[in-house]
Amino acid sequence: MKITIAGCGKVGESLTAILSAEGYDVTVIDEDKSTLDNIVESFDVITLNGNCASMEVLEEAGIKDTDLLIAVTDSDEVNLLCSATAHSLNPKLHTIARIRNPEYTGQIYKMRDTFSLSMVFNPDRQAAVEIDRLLKYPGFLKRDTFAKGRLEIVELKLEEGNPFCGTKLYSLSEKTKCRVLVCAVVRDGVSYTPDGNFVLEEGDRVFVTADAADLSVLLKEFGIVTKKAHRVFIIGGSRIAFYLAKMLSARGVGVKLVDRSKERCEELADVLPPDVDIICADATQTSLLESEGMDASDAVITMTDLDELNILLSLYADSVKVPQIITKLSRIEDGKVTDSLPIGSIVTPKKLCCNNIVRYVRAMRQKTGAAISVHKIADGEAEATEFIVDAATHHVGEELSQIKMKPGLLLAGIMKDDRIEIPDGHSKFEVGDTVVVVSGRDGVILELNDIFAD
Amino acid sequence: MNYKLMGRFQAMLFGAIAVFMVPAMILCFADGDKTAGLSFLYVLLGCAAVAGGLFLFCKDAAQGFFAKEGFVCVGVAWILISIISALPLFISGCVPTYVDALFEMASGFSTTGASVIADVESLPRGILYWRSFSHWLGGMGILVFLLAVIPSEGKKQGFAMHLMRAETPGPSVGKLVPKIKKTASILYATYVILTVINFIFLLFGMPAFEALCTAMGTAGTGGFGVKNDSIAGYGDYVQIVTTVFMFLFSINFGCYYLVLIGKFKNVLKDEELRVFLFIVFGSIAMITANLLISDKGYTSFGETLKDAAFQVASIVSTTGYSTADFNLWPAFSKAVLLFLMVIGACAGSTGGGLKCSRLLILVKGVARNFKQALHPQKVATIRINNKTVEEKTVENTNAYFVAYMSIIVVSFLLISLDKFVNGDPTTAFTAVLACFNNIGPGLAGVGPTANFSGFSAVSKIIFVFDMLAGRLEIYPILVLFSKRVWKRA
Repeated sequence: MKITIAGCGKVGESLTAILSAEGYDVTVIDEDKSTLDNIVESFDVITLNGNCASMEVLEEAGIKDTDLLIAVTDSDEVNLLCSATAHSLNPKLHTIARIRNPEYTGQIYKMRDTFSLSMVFNPDRQAAVEIDRLLKYPGFLKRDTFAKGRLEIVELKLEEGNPFCGTKLYSLSEKTKCRVLVCAVVRDGVSYTPDGNFVLEEGDRVFVTADAADLSVLLKEFGIVTKKAHRVFIIGGSRIAFYLAKMLSARGVGVKLVDRSKERCEELADVLPPDVDIICADATQTSLLESEGMDASDAVITMTDLDELNILLSLYADSVKVPQIITKLSRIEDGKVTDSLPIGSIVTPKKLCCNNIVRYVRAMRQKTGAAISVHKIADGEAEATEFIVDAATHHVGEELSQIKMKPGLLLAGIMKDDRIEIPDGHSKFEVGDTVVVVSGRDGVILELNDIFAD
Repeated sequence: MNYKLMGRFQAMLFGAIAVFMVPAMILCFADGDKTAGLSFLYVLLGCAAVAGGLFLFCKDAAQGFFAKEGFVCVGVAWILISIISALPLFISGCVPTYVDALFEMASGFSTTGASVIADVESLPRGILYWRSFSHWLGGMGILVFLLAVIPSEGKKQGFAMHLMRAETPGPSVGKLVPKIKKTASILYATYVILTVINFIFLLFGMPAFEALCTAMGTAGTGGFGVKNDSIAGYGDYVQIVTTVFMFLFSINFGCYYLVLIGKFKNVLKDEELRVFLFIVFGSIAMITANLLISDKGYTSFGETLKDAAFQVASIVSTTGYSTADFNLWPAFSKAVLLFLMVIGACAGSTGGGLKCSRLLILVKGVARNFKQALHPQKVATIRINNKTVEEKTVENTNAYFVAYMSIIVVSFLLISLDKFVNGDPTTAFTAVLACFNNIGPGLAGVGPTANFSGFSAVSKIIFVFDMLAGRLEIYPILVLFSKRVWKRA
């Protein structure tokens, strides 16, 4: 499949990395030559220097036999123009455009139809939704939802003194009183796909599959006592902050938003509901944070433009014992650096939207048994993929203990009509089931039959 | 330096050499030449063993492969392949000294075609095949071949680009399609098809084995013949076919791809191709006229045109076949040929030399500087095919030209010390030009009827350096001499 990526910023580069590694023929268009030089030396792709909205450039990029165009330049308008132009050159083309200006939010579906886009995405809004989900269940660092919200893979950190430190995995279910399955563990920046003899240690980040209904039980058993956030403190008036503040205030959560720029604060005050407190001040002044009562809030979210500042502010929030901390990081991706820091959940907007696009691309292949959703977990080292068992699936109706599967894979859950099964040797696949498979980074599973060894 | 990953590439290289030696070995045994056959067998087994060992040793190579590794990997690979491929020639006793064998095979892989063997016809067919095959493989590149055939490994494939850049000639190397493996496959497929067509055409004028060797020598723009008088002994038909194919193989292979995907117009508008054709046809016309008015025995127009065209094609494509002893031609014709020796073929072809696209950038750069001297505030970009050439590429081309001239000057000075030169700087100078530009024959003492066997061993080593540096466009060989390259960080 041929994919053209227009614009090579943070998201463009991540997409290039993921899609080229999955074997697609990727062409990258950007106006900056040095960015492209860097790209072509790091990934197996072809690059083209020019304006992605110009017909000449698009034709040179071979848009006529391209299957998918992803427009991710930093301008919404260029993205739209690029997609529309490309679509006029090749009516069969699928187009995905990034639209992030909040002023377009209301007309986003209208725009999708007018410009015949296949998909529109807004990374800021997605990040806000993600943060909102995390705030609903404090204690989980990350949540990925499968099977229409019935099954979740959640990330937990084993803090000092957690009763599960030193536990072998096979005895975990007895202790937790609910069916759980650990599908990945990140320790010191390295991810492991554990087996029953794996021993949990302090400081591990654990990815657990559980029935969505069991989440609160799980939290309690893991010794993480939390209450839902009622007062949220946001630092940095970014676009994500705008979406988040709007969502939270609609849920009746108290929001305090701090930004340094007077202008930005006024803009936000203009568009946000009046019960959101907007404070114009420099968040690096601890006296200010004290006087505004950061230590008394239930959650602190740091999302200024600077990763370093976000980390520092989150560390400060930890020092004044704020129960839940969420840190936005745009550039720093390496789990090794941030793992040891008590900065709570990490939200990386570009990863979120890359996941969405990869999901779309895989669905485009439209093979029977193709993945219906994909989530990168454990810092992108592992992947949880959702499939539906259909008539073409092998080994339907056989007990799992009788089936030989490829090494390094883990069945995280089987969703039957009425219940969720955390699989064991007696579980069976039946047509219509939804299956979640976790695989390491080298074993990308594109269709369900790929999991079988024969 | 990521030594282990580089080791893995070298292991694959050893494996490839072992496989490539099989046909040569079979030919030797089929002809009943046991000594030559066994010498191939020993080297082949040795290569296979080293390949296996090295591969196991370098199994757990880390990722991380950058421009430096690319250059070193290519440079080392070409030196190794010259050293190993020379062994059968030496062991079988076909070439008396190892340095001679090394010269012969470095000349083969670098597609130079300069030889130290006077009586080629006495060589076993296996050795002849091996010499010509080295041209063919060296023409498009050994690592490009590996890139085309080995399964793509690792998630990050960017490193392959460094290998391709280091091995493919031209001021700016790009891909044809997004995947490097596919790009390399397209290049090799085009190359194989053109070679086969050439072979089929030649079959009508010479025996199959000779046609195969000549086709491979033409394809790689190498120039090893299977006859002592190169192509002169064959009829007009073979000479004309060879002339045409020497031209075809000195055109950028990207052009063939454009034809293949139906962008024929872009090919016709290609500035490098136009300049190349202009130089070629201009040279043919000038030499033909010069020969006709001279008293060198050229009277028939047709005969003269055929010889002039053949020699121009042979020199400009840096092949080095000959049908006439151009050493006896008038001075003007020789001067034109000397000019062609330096210019060479198009970028992205199998030919050597400075390359037409570099000449184009250099000349346009001079024109721009001239204008800027008159109007110091003038801002101008250099454009080729209506696209701005990056200033970085212009700078690199200028630097390349200086490096190119420096190597010629230093080699010329050193070779002049050789006794064989015998007081004639033309021999020394054209010998250096012929080796460094991967042509083969020069003028005077190294003219088309002479060979390089008279030079001392030291001179031959210098020529080996020149030939490899010329084929790989200097840097991959030159970096090997830098101490800093070999340090870890």
